[in-house]
Order: sequence, then structure tokens, then C-alpha cells
Amino acid sequence: MFAGSSWLSLVIWVPIAAGAVVLATGSDRNAGLARVLALIGALAGFAVSLPLYTQFDTLQAGMQFVEIAPWIETFKVTYHLGVDGISVLFILLTSFTTVLVVIAGWKVIEKRVAQYMAAFLFMSGLMNGVFAALDAVLFYVFWEAMLIPMFLIIGVWGGPNRVYAAVKFFLYTLLGSLLMLVAFIYLYSKVGTFEILDFHRLPLTMNEQIFIFIAFFMAFAVKVPMWPVHTWLPDAHVEAPTGGSVVLAAIMLKMGAYGFLRLSLPITPDASHALSGVMITLSLIAVVYIGLVALVQADMKKLIAYSSISHMGFVTLGMFIFNAYGVEGALVQMISHGFISAALFLCVGVLYDRMHSRMIADYGGVANRMPKFAAFFVLFAMANSGLPATSGFVGEFMVIMGAIKVNFWYAVLAAITLIFGAAYTLWMVKRVVFGAVANDHVEQLDDISAREFLVLGLLAVAVLAMGLYPLPFTEVMHHSVSNLLSHVAQSKL
Amino acid sequence: MTFVTPNLIPALSEIFVLIMASLILVVDVFLSNRNRYISYALTQLTLLGAAWITISSGSTDVVYTFNGMFVGDVMANMLKMMTYLAVSAMLVYSRSYIQLRNLFTGEFFVLVLFAMLGMMVMISASHFLTLYLGLELLSLSLYSLVALQRDSAQATEAAMKYFVLGALASGLLLYGMSMIYGATGSLEISKVAAAIQHGDGGRTVLAFGLVFIVAGLAFKLGVVPFHMWIPDVYQGAPTAVTLFIGSAPKIAAFAFVMRLLAEGLNGLVHDWQGMLIIMAVLSMAIGNLAAIAQTNIKRMLAYSTISHMGFLLLGILSGTLNGYSSSMFYVLAYVLMSLGSFGMILLLSRKGFEAENLDDFKGLNQRKPWYAFMLLLIMFSMAGVPPTVGFYAKLSVLQAALSAGYLWLVVFAVLMSVIGAFYYLRIIKLMYFDAPLDQAPIESQPDSSMLISLNGMAVLALGILPQPLMALCAYSIQKSLL
Repeated sequence: MFAGSSWLSLVIWVPIAAGAVVLATGSDRNAGLARVLALIGALAGFAVSLPLYTQFDTLQAGMQFVEIAPWIETFKVTYHLGVDGISVLFILLTSFTTVLVVIAGWKVIEKRVAQYMAAFLFMSGLMNGVFAALDAVLFYVFWEAMLIPMFLIIGVWGGPNRVYAAVKFFLYTLLGSLLMLVAFIYLYSKVGTFEILDFHRLPLTMNEQIFIFIAFFMAFAVKVPMWPVHTWLPDAHVEAPTGGSVVLAAIMLKMGAYGFLRLSLPITPDASHALSGVMITLSLIAVVYIGLVALVQADMKKLIAYSSISHMGFVTLGMFIFNAYGVEGALVQMISHGFISAALFLCVGVLYDRMHSRMIADYGGVANRMPKFAAFFVLFAMANSGLPATSGFVGEFMVIMGAIKVNFWYAVLAAITLIFGAAYTLWMVKRVVFGAVANDHVEQLDDISAREFLVLGLLAVAVLAMGLYPLPFTEVMHHSVSNLLSHVAQSKL
Repeated sequence: MTFVTPNLIPALSEIFVLIMASLILVVDVFLSNRNRYISYALTQLTLLGAAWITISSGSTDVVYTFNGMFVGDVMANMLKMMTYLAVSAMLVYSRSYIQLRNLFTGEFFVLVLFAMLGMMVMISASHFLTLYLGLELLSLSLYSLVALQRDSAQATEAAMKYFVLGALASGLLLYGMSMIYGATGSLEISKVAAAIQHGDGGRTVLAFGLVFIVAGLAFKLGVVPFHMWIPDVYQGAPTAVTLFIGSAPKIAAFAFVMRLLAEGLNGLVHDWQGMLIIMAVLSMAIGNLAAIAQTNIKRMLAYSTISHMGFLLLGILSGTLNGYSSSMFYVLAYVLMSLGSFGMILLLSRKGFEAENLDDFKGLNQRKPWYAFMLLLIMFSMAGVPPTVGFYAKLSVLQAALSAGYLWLVVFAVLMSVIGAFYYLRIIKLMYFDAPLDQAPIESQPDSSMLISLNGMAVLALGILPQPLMALCAYSIQKSLL
């Protein structure tokens, strides 16, 4: 039905080609041109991702838009792309976020504009590649290559401690990824190809499964990030420029969780079941403990970073309870968190651009000077704490429903986070937005410009739409998720 | 007594290079300093001619000549072509550097050609004596090249160290060869292999000889514990010579290992495997850890070489054709990266200034974004991050080691490459995140600028489409080793 369509190649290569064009504009003398070209590239990238949704057959569980071509015959590596209900939404999310990031960085970035914009476009294509790749080497190439632009984004345009954050980010992720590579090579020695779908069918002993699971865990847990390997994230977020934080929170974190779904669960189902207790414990620690950590943060970006870790705990919890509510809830939570965390980081970015401070204590009474901004900020904060009718509610509710079927206490602990989430987010909003005008700097704030309004408005629409009518999102993933769960339920021993 | 003319065809390119080197030696005497570029052009022409001869006279069969002393096979032709390429690139990178340092002389070109001749002989040797002759021709030329800047105390010291240690290693090698000769009764590689296969010769004597041979090989490759010369020589030699030592001779050293271990002593694979594992582990650990502490980029790259040679051993120690071809891919990828990284040091150096400290790379992205981007690609390739050729090089040697059953070794190698990534990232950090210390404009020659772009792009292009080179390596190994 979709034979011959090359939409997936387009969503990967259009942004990368656009990035190369933007890079070619060179020095900051042509900054305006670079910005316009980047916007065109990002919009084109988003446009070519739309058919993936409109032409997606929601009744089919398998891979769609498949493209396959020989690539490295020596290792039987193929250029094999395809999406199912689990991955397709992430590609849309990535392309959408790239547009927002380009617009958000329009005025703020003044030095080396072309390199900045190009880095985001390259990253967009590479991230789409991760979600579309069905060959392990191809997956790994995209997975690692993505680190290069992110490393540069944090290091070149980041805050005062950017070098430390960038190097920590890179080495942390590299270590995990390389162990995943060892697992891939091991699987290759068994199967004879690098096809991920062949890996899914490969019978493995329990010992093998445990080791492979641990290798994958190192790669994905760092990326998610799960407690206790989360420490790179607050540093990276605080130092990264706003755009970098947005992409990091909205998409990169999702890759770890996606990796669990695409690789860990189907390749090592028995080990996943055997170790699910550990995974659930780690997830609950992230949800509860990191929620408490978020409560005491004085830096807004750090607070949102910890909130991200806590929310991602929900995602991993949902995956390792092995029922449809849990996994679909996890997926919905990922998409929703993509919108909400992006929006919150953009909100902090708006304030930072004006005041050059991320400290909560430097603000107070912002609503008096920036009413439009305050409305958005409160909306996203509400969504972050899981208010019904926002997207944040849907995923968390589904995960809790799934958890309660497995174990009542899982659900109770997970539900506690709704209280913590509300506490840390709303307390931050209260201190920043409400009250009397705190100081002269706040007194001089201007409300958001049309450009900022557009970016936040788009995200607000997405958050509300997904909260009020989540069906278009869940129906896409439904068949793929039940297919995945039935696969995981079969032992490979 | 009858005199049979040997088949000269497999050795035509060597004969050509020898004639041309002697010719340049004579021609150069009659050239004034102003016309010295003629020697340079003749040298480049020699390389071009040798490449043409290798292509047109090369056959896909294994051809022995000079009574089994010399062999022409696909692997030899392929490695020779890569050697020409590396030497030619090295000459282009060094041209303006050596001009500014009064090294742009006939001796330089003649020594380079003789060194290359040594490499070619090593690559094509099928007899222990030929191997040794080639090795000595290469080594003696390199010693004198290191010492070429004769008023530099550092260079003289480096040359002395190199010479003393190199002579010792040659002695070890020769001693090992004599043991093997004693055990098998032959110096011809194929006969040695047959004798060992047949079970001739005392096992003890063979193993004893093997230890010395491996020690000699390890010195030439520069792997721990025979690595001591590398940092000093790399740092002390003029950068153009460092570039030379760090590129083409690695190809010859690879051929050397293949001829001795994979062809000649294949029957002792279980004995040398263990030694190579120890050396690989130590090289990856010490090379990567010591590189972190360096502030001089030449020294840092020297330690990086040591760790790369450790990785190279991973493929060889698997003892399979697949492993050998992965190591061949690794060495070619490494030469490409090595050329680019030392080439960049040459490009950034100017009269009276050596860009050899790490701090000299600060803010390169602001001074010359294109160069910074090229070095970024090369550094990520050294660290083994896709989409660069270094990733596939690592992937293929890791795959070879894993399929030989060394899972722990693969995990160890992976951990070491994370440590390695740190110091490559530091170079990128200096170029991209820091402000420049040195504001002097970078004067670049069109030829070397063009070459660095080609070099960086090759690292990227082979990272996106590695198949042709990989297939070529697999093909030449399969055609040459049975």
C-alpha cells in the first residue's frame, strides 16, 4: 500500500540538507538569511512529516512506510526505515519542536547564528532517524551522531558552566551507548544481520537476556534519565541555551524510553519480566524522590529538569507493568511531556532573555507586568501538575490505572507524585508570577512579543487538544502496542 | 652455469622508485635553492608513476619472484597504493612548513622516497630477510629524517632515542627469526608456515623465537610495553616528519604483522594470540590514560596512536580472515585521520611558530571555521563517533574480536574508548567553546587547504558509505591469504 513512498527518508534528509544550506551562509553578516533559511527548512521538515500521520493506517500493527536498501554488505547492514504506532508520533513531535526552536531562537541568538540553526536542523533529521531506523547499526549511527550537535549547542551557546555540562553530557551518554553497541554486535554474531526485527525473533537464554538487558539499560536509562544515572540532566539543562533545553526535554529524553520499547522489551522479554521489579522500583524512586528534590530547587530550569526526571519515571513505570494502559499511558505521557516541558523551558527562556536570571528569588509579581505571559505560564504549570483537561492528565491517569491492576501500592506511590508535582510547579508559579512586583527589574519587564506569543500559543493549543480529545493520539498507537505486548508475553527461552 | 632472469613484474614499482630516488639525488645537486621545487615535483611524479605501475602491473593472483623472496598479491598492491597516497598527502601538507624551516632540501625528498621503498619491500616481502631489509631501509631513513633539523637539540635527542631503541628492536626481531630458522630450516615465509603446519621443529624453540618476533613487531607498531619511543619521537621530530612517521609506516607495520604472524606463523596462532591480547589491553589502557595528561598536541596524538594500535591488534588477534580485513580497514582509516590531524598542526604553524600546544587550538572556530569543522570531524572519527569512518573501524575490529569469543576484551575496549573520547572532546572544546589566544591570521596555501578539506570530507564520506573500502579490504585479504 505504501510501497515506494519515501516520506521517512524525507523527514530525515530534508532537515539535514537544510542544515547544510544554512551552514553555508557562513558568518554573522548573513544572520538574517540564515534565520529565514532555517525557518523554511524546519517548516519543510514539518510538512514532509505530516503525511506520516495522514496516511498512517491505524488498523495495522506492523511497520509502515518501509524503505529498505543495501548499505554495508560486509556486515549485512541495510538502510532500513519504517514506523509503527509507537514511533510515528515522535517523528511528528520532533519536526514540530524544531519549528518552535527555530522561532524561539530568532532574536535571542546573536553570535554564530548559522551554526546554531544548522545544529538544530541536523539534530532534527538525526532524531527522526533514530525513531525511523529498523537496522541496529543505522539506529546506532543516528543515536550517536545526534550527540555531536547537542554537545556543540550546550558548549558554544550555553551558560557559564557549559564546558563541564557539555562534556559530562557527552561522556555519560557515550558510555551507555557503547555498551549497547556491544550488545548489538553480540546479537549480530547470533543472527547474522543487524535487523532489529530479526533480533526480536531471536531465541536467547536467560543469562544472555540479562546481559543484553543490562547493556541496553545502560544506554537507555542514562538517556531517559532514570535515577540514579540522572545527574547529567540538571547540569545539561541549566547550561544549555533555551532551544537546547527544549530539544533535550521534549525529544532526547524520549529516545531512552523509546529504546526500551523498541529494543529492550521485545529482544529480552524474559529478562524484562524478571527485572521489572527493579525497573519499577527505580521508576518510583524517580517519581517520588526526584519530585521532592524538585521542590527545593531555587533555579527554575533546574526545577523543570528535575520535574522532567520525575515525569519520565512515570513513563518507565508504565512500560514495565506490561499492560496496555501502562504502555499507552507511557506513550501519551511522553508526547504530552514533550509539549509541556518544551513550553515550560520556553517560558523560562522568555524570562531569562529579559532578566538574565533563572533564580526564582529574583522574580515576583511578573503577572502585573506580563499578563499574557502569566496566563501561558500558569496554563503550562497546571498541565505539568496533571490538571484534567490538559495533556498531562491523560498519560498519568492511564499509567495509574495500569499500575493499580498490577499492584495497589505502585498506584498509590505514583499518585503521590500528582501532589508533589502540583506542589513544586505551582509553588514556583506563585513565587514568580503572583504577588506584588518584587523589584525594579521586574517593574521594567515587557510582555511577550508576537513571536513568543505564537510559539507558546501553538504549544497551548497542543496541550489542550491532547487533554480534551486524546483519541487521535491513542488510536494511532493502539494496535502496535497490543502487538508489542503480545510479543513480550511470549517467552523466548 | 645458467642465469635465469627473475620475473621483474611484481617488483617493477620498487625498481622505479629506486631509480627515481637515485635520480633525484643526482638532479638535486645541480639545482639552486630557487629551483628546489623541481625535486618536490619529481618526488610527486615518482609517486604518481609508481601508482600507475602498481595498477597496470598488478594481478589478482599471488605471484612469487626472486626465488620466493618477494611476492605480489592484491593485499600488497592495495597497501602500496595507500602508501603512495599517504606519502603524497604528507608532502603536500609539509611543503610550506619545511620551506620555512630550511628543510626543503633534496635530502628530505630522497630520504622520504627511500623510506617509502623500505615500506614497499616490507609490504611485498615473502622471506624473513627481505622483510628485515625493508624494515631497516625504512628505519634508517626515518632516523635520519628525525634528525634532519640538526640544530634542534630536541630533534637530535629524539633521533638518538629512536635509533637506539629501534636498533635493539631490530636485534630482537633478527634473533627471533634465527630461532625460527633453527626450528624450521627455512627463512621463506610459506615454507616456514608449511613446516610449522607439518609439526616440524621443537615447539619450545618456535615459541621462544615467536616471543622475540612479537617483541620486535610490537616495537615497530608502537604498542605497550614497547611504546616508549613514540611520545618522544613524535614530539621531538619536526612536525612534517612526525606526520610521515604517524601515517604511511603504520600501513607497512600492518603488512609486516600480516606477513609474519598471519602468513608465516599462522600455526602458532594460539601462542601469539595471548601475547597480542596483553599488548592490546595495555596499549588501550596506557595510551588513553596517558593522553589525558598531555598539553602538547603532538605528544597527545602519540599516545592516541598507541591506543589506536591497541585497537588494531583486536582484529589481528582474532586470527580470522574477517579479523585481518577489519584490521586492514582500521589501519587505513587511522592513516586517514592521522594525516588530517598532523596536517592541521602543519597548517596552523607559521614561520617561527609551532602550533603544537593544545592552547594554540583555542577559538579556531572563530579564526577559521572551516578548518575547525574539518578537525572536528577528524577528532570525532578518532573517538569513534558516527557518522565518521572511525566508528566503522572500531565496529569492525570489535565485531572480529567478539566473534573470536573475546567478549570481555570488547567490553574493556569500549570502556577505554570512552576515556579516549575525553581528550578528543577537549580539542573540540578548545576550538569551539574557548576564545582564541592567538589572533594572528592563518595563512594557508591553496594546495594544503584543499587537501585538508578533501581529508576531512573523506573521513565523513567513508563514514556515510564505508562499504567500498570495507569490501576492498575483505577482497584483498581473501585473495592474498588462503
